Amino acid sequence: MPDLFVQGAALGALVFAAALAAVVRGPALAIVYPIAAVAAVALGVVDLGVLLQGGVLTARLPIGLPMIGFHLRLDSLSAFFGIVINGGVLATSLYGMGLDRVKDLTPRVEPLFPLFAAAMNLVLLADDAYAFLFSWELMSLASWALVVARHTSIDSRRAGHLYLVMAAIGTMALIFAFGGLAGPSGGYAFDTIRAHAPGPMIAVLVLTAALVGCGSKGGLIPLHAWLPLAHPAAPSHVSALMSGVMTKVAIYGFMRIAFDLLGPPAWWWSLPPIILGVITAVLGLLYAVFDGDLKRVLAYSTVENVGVIFVALGLALAFRANHQDAAAAVAMAAALLHILNHSWFKSLLFLGAGAVLHATGRRDLAGLGGLIHRMPRTAVFFLIGALSISALPPLNGFVSEWLLFQSVLAAPAMPQTTLNFASPAIGAMLALAAALAAACFVRVYGIAFLGRPRSEEAAHAHEVPLIQQVAMGGLALLCILGGLFGAVIVAGLAPVLTALVGSGLPNSGAGPTPFSLIAFNAARSVYDAPVIALFVAIASLTTLAVVHRLSERRTRRGPAWDCGFPDPSPTTQYTASSFAQPLRRVYGAALFSARESVVMPPPGDTRPARFSVTLVDVVWATLYARPGRAVLRLSERLNALQFLSIRRYLVLMFAALVILLSIATVMT
Amino acid sequence: MNEVYDISHLLAGVMLVTSFALLYQERIASVLNAFAAQSITLALAVAWAAWSQDRPDLFITALIALTLKGIIIPVALHRTVTRLGIHREVEKVVGVGIALMVGLALTGLAQALLMKVAHGPLSYASEQLALALAIILLGFLMMIVRRNAVTQVVGFMSMENGLILAATGARGMPLVVEVSVAFSVLIALFVFAVFVFRIRERFDTIDIEALDRMRGDRR
Repeated sequence: MPDLFVQGAALGALVFAAALAAVVRGPALAIVYPIAAVAAVALGVVDLGVLLQGGVLTARLPIGLPMIGFHLRLDSLSAFFGIVINGGVLATSLYGMGLDRVKDLTPRVEPLFPLFAAAMNLVLLADDAYAFLFSWELMSLASWALVVARHTSIDSRRAGHLYLVMAAIGTMALIFAFGGLAGPSGGYAFDTIRAHAPGPMIAVLVLTAALVGCGSKGGLIPLHAWLPLAHPAAPSHVSALMSGVMTKVAIYGFMRIAFDLLGPPAWWWSLPPIILGVITAVLGLLYAVFDGDLKRVLAYSTVENVGVIFVALGLALAFRANHQDAAAAVAMAAALLHILNHSWFKSLLFLGAGAVLHATGRRDLAGLGGLIHRMPRTAVFFLIGALSISALPPLNGFVSEWLLFQSVLAAPAMPQTTLNFASPAIGAMLALAAALAAACFVRVYGIAFLGRPRSEEAAHAHEVPLIQQVAMGGLALLCILGGLFGAVIVAGLAPVLTALVGSGLPNSGAGPTPFSLIAFNAARSVYDAPVIALFVAIASLTTLAVVHRLSERRTRRGPAWDCGFPDPSPTTQYTASSFAQPLRRVYGAALFSARESVVMPPPGDTRPARFSVTLVDVVWATLYARPGRAVLRLSERLNALQFLSIRRYLVLMFAALVILLSIATVMT
Repeated sequence: MNEVYDISHLLAGVMLVTSFALLYQERIASVLNAFAAQSITLALAVAWAAWSQDRPDLFITALIALTLKGIIIPVALHRTVTRLGIHREVEKVVGVGIALMVGLALTGLAQALLMKVAHGPLSYASEQLALALAIILLGFLMMIVRRNAVTQVVGFMSMENGLILAATGARGMPLVVEVSVAFSVLIALFVFAVFVFRIRERFDTIDIEALDRMRGDRR
């Protein structure tokens, strides 16, 4: 009970900070960030305590709907997500302390930032449908207001509009989901729902609605369209929070419904999350590879990671339905660990993008370059984030991907033919996604930080304040530690695994060292991160020593390599778009209708030749633009109905009445 | 017992006939006369129901129907029409023949619907309800096949007549409802009267086409 009190006090502090920021003006606004950081620490410590010690905290507030109240509950799943959220809030609050009030922010940001953080925490605590939807909507609205904080920009307004529409659709789907769960008796408290699992038909509806509701918030393709517009439109520390953390709240919603409230799963429940997840993972990265905007690339990469997490969740559902507890635990551990890892490296990358944006004022890769010289520390932190997200050992991204592939390898043991045949495809698509992720981040890092500056702004970039470096450095350190000691983290997740799939990892802790992670058994699936790290370190140091011994000792500075043709103009370098060309030719033609065209001026003409590429977003064109146009056309037609004469309205009413009466007469 | 129902059916049938009569009148004055006849028949029907069902409170309803809709409103509308000097011919949207055919079909529909509800041959009470429904539908039809505002008022009140007939047919309907129905008719009359005068003030006609032209309605 005192723990919940601490949570309540910390949430109160966040709301107080929001109210304070709504009143004060000028530099005093920055006070919200220290308050938010302290509150995040308090919330995170309570969550960690609940996760490690076990136990469930509950409370009921006398507010909310009559007869239902406002139920709060903190169990191991909520506590785990609480750690994810509050880690992100802490890092972004630290980063926020160093923000430039004139360049990076508008006064609309501060009142909403702590409110957004409080709303996300409240979603985790909610233990009835009303409390859940209330905090969910609070979270959506607060983040929407943050997206349109810079409302003078047309892009922000467009992104905000699309976001609002998609959030409304998502919440409507969730209302249906909870309506189905509550059933005709209207038991909206989660305890009541747990006690009465719905029948199979209702379960299909609930699962579909939950996938639409949570998938639209998390960015599952084809519901992702708003995400790459809205996440980058917000100020960078808010982008980090939205992309790194809010998508996790969406996943929490799906897990709460699919693994907790909906009762024991059937095996085919796993198909929609797996199929959508695989499509999302591959398509999301293709979008990212073809895009030229730094923050939008990161947002698309978030879409990909959400897809990967949904695949892991789908596999966990399938294994659990087949009572393969060990495999279910591996898949679920992969999902949870990837959720945690992604919140770290995606927040880190977005903060790094924010630092670049602050230093150069540009987000387009075509205008960046050579930042490693001007912003050396940011460059190192960003590199660690990029290596982690590309799943390179010994960093944390690899641990969760490794666990995921272990669970995919176990999928052929399932009795269902569909899943047996699907599992190689799933594995291949995930491998493709992993390779594309590496390509994507080689491109981002190489274009933005290496080479020569492509613009005046990039040439005069400067390092960000110390506190922001601390925020990024902390996250980078977490990525390294999470990679080395993934086994310890997975051991800490045991209560969540037990609660969701019935058991923890079977042979946890039986490895040769305390830090070796064992998926199934020590004989065939062991990942020993510290040993690998040691090996990598020894190998690279030896190579370095040999190279230094054989080569000249003196350090020389020469011109940056540019395909062997030294040219003073930085435009002769590789560009973001030329780096993507091979992938665009392979995947772009069918999926994005990519067309390349070259315009050659006739001989004698001094105009330069022009090479241009057109890409069509097929998902947008078919699923958003076309229905949008249809709705517009239909409403233009129906518009005439507003200008009829009274007699014609009466005719319409009379016709409706007569038709209904005739139907009543004819029908049996 | 049967003659009780025979007489109430007779009166309801007469009301239905006056409803048809309303549809084929060429002049406003005769429309108003037909409406007065229908209202007086309604008063008789209600009075008969009051006597036969031994419900003295229905006499009040009958009195209201007689004085208000049988005498006061028709006389008031007659005077309005005369004073305004509006041309007395009724503008029709569809011809009388078609209107009567549609009316016949609607009466058949009402009968068929009630037979459907009753699963077979109609009892006396359901027969009464079928007649009332037919009167309501014909009142509605009257409102949409005539273009003149006065005839629309009459069509509306003819619908109300049908409703009251249906209400008295059902046993145990309290007086409160009938009073409120009567009041609603009164209010409707007020609204329509104000409406008529406003149109007249502005356009020198109560042909509602003028209103459409003002709003730029395409036809």
